[in-house]
Amino acid sequence: MHELSIAAEIVDCVTESLAAYPNARVLEVRLKIGALAAIVEESLQFCYSLATEGTPLAGSKLVVLNVPITVDCTTCRREVALDSLQSFRCPGCGQPAGDVRRGRELEVEAIEIEEAEEAPAP
Amino acid sequence: MTTRIVELRKGVLKKNDELARELRARFTAADVLVLNLVSSPGTGKTAFLQRTLTELRTRGAAAAALVGDLETDNDARRLAQAGVPVRQINTHGICHLEAEMIGRHLDGWSEVELGALDYLFIENVGNLVCPSGYDLGERIRVALLSVTEGEDKPLKYPTLFNSADAAVITKIDIAGAVDYDREAALRNLREIRPGIRIFETSARTGAGMGEWLNFLAEAR
Repeated sequence: MHELSIAAEIVDCVTESLAAYPNARVLEVRLKIGALAAIVEESLQFCYSLATEGTPLAGSKLVVLNVPITVDCTTCRREVALDSLQSFRCPGCGQPAGDVRRGRELEVEAIEIEEAEEAPAP
Repeated sequence: MTTRIVELRKGVLKKNDELARELRARFTAADVLVLNLVSSPGTGKTAFLQRTLTELRTRGAAAAALVGDLETDNDARRLAQAGVPVRQINTHGICHLEAEMIGRHLDGWSEVELGALDYLFIENVGNLVCPSGYDLGERIRVALLSVTEGEDKPLKYPTLFNSADAAVITKIDIAGAVDYDREAALRNLREIRPGIRIFETSARTGAGMGEWLNFLAEAR
């Protein structure tokens, strides 16, 4: 529902990092989205193309890396991936497991940029 | 032209997370318990909070509330009837509260000095999706669910219910009239958030409020 503001945050976040690469154009942004991050990818993709217009990210591709939910199972004493978002139970032993380890991520993992070659020294 | 990959590993909501961390440090230093109330529109957050504020005041506790809505100060006016400081936050279209809004409305709130408060309640914008990702610096996040909404709401909105520390079921005085299935509601809440504390309440009759107020006192 707030994908447009998330897209705007991505633009800010990447633009800040571009300070170190003044002549760079962004080709691709790789974004990690956890299953618990409450983000709809389709809507984010649509908003991304709007939010990037007129910025160094214009025309770049947003690549989403989905992160499944993992919880700590205190019975099995290991981190396990959930089968379903509707049941926070260890798929191995069936016990309730609410301690979420992964799945809340909303993180720009990396960007791919294209830089103009520096002009050779005269 | 050369292309290359630059690793960033930056949280998209990093700015909000940092502000929330600062707020949490401020709240801890002032020894005020901060709660973030989240639910769908119409669950009865305001009625529940108004009753809570009134009862806290009767018990001699110092409480205040920030209330978020897209428009109008109707809720702030309702809550102010409890006789405690209340400030409205209008988001003008934004579907959730953010840490920056909390900080901005705390600053320059002449009626309130954090250090003198026991409790600060933040009533979020009615929405079961977006508030889940925005930390407001609260210590306890409370998800509310009314008996009229359908017992499977926690299954439909797991991202929010899983992020809650406590759950409040509201309007239990009309449970019979709407064929509310209590067992299913409790089971679904626990399926999404194992071990969650659940309070079954009615702001109208006062049912369950005693247990909730004891929980608040113990959490201090």
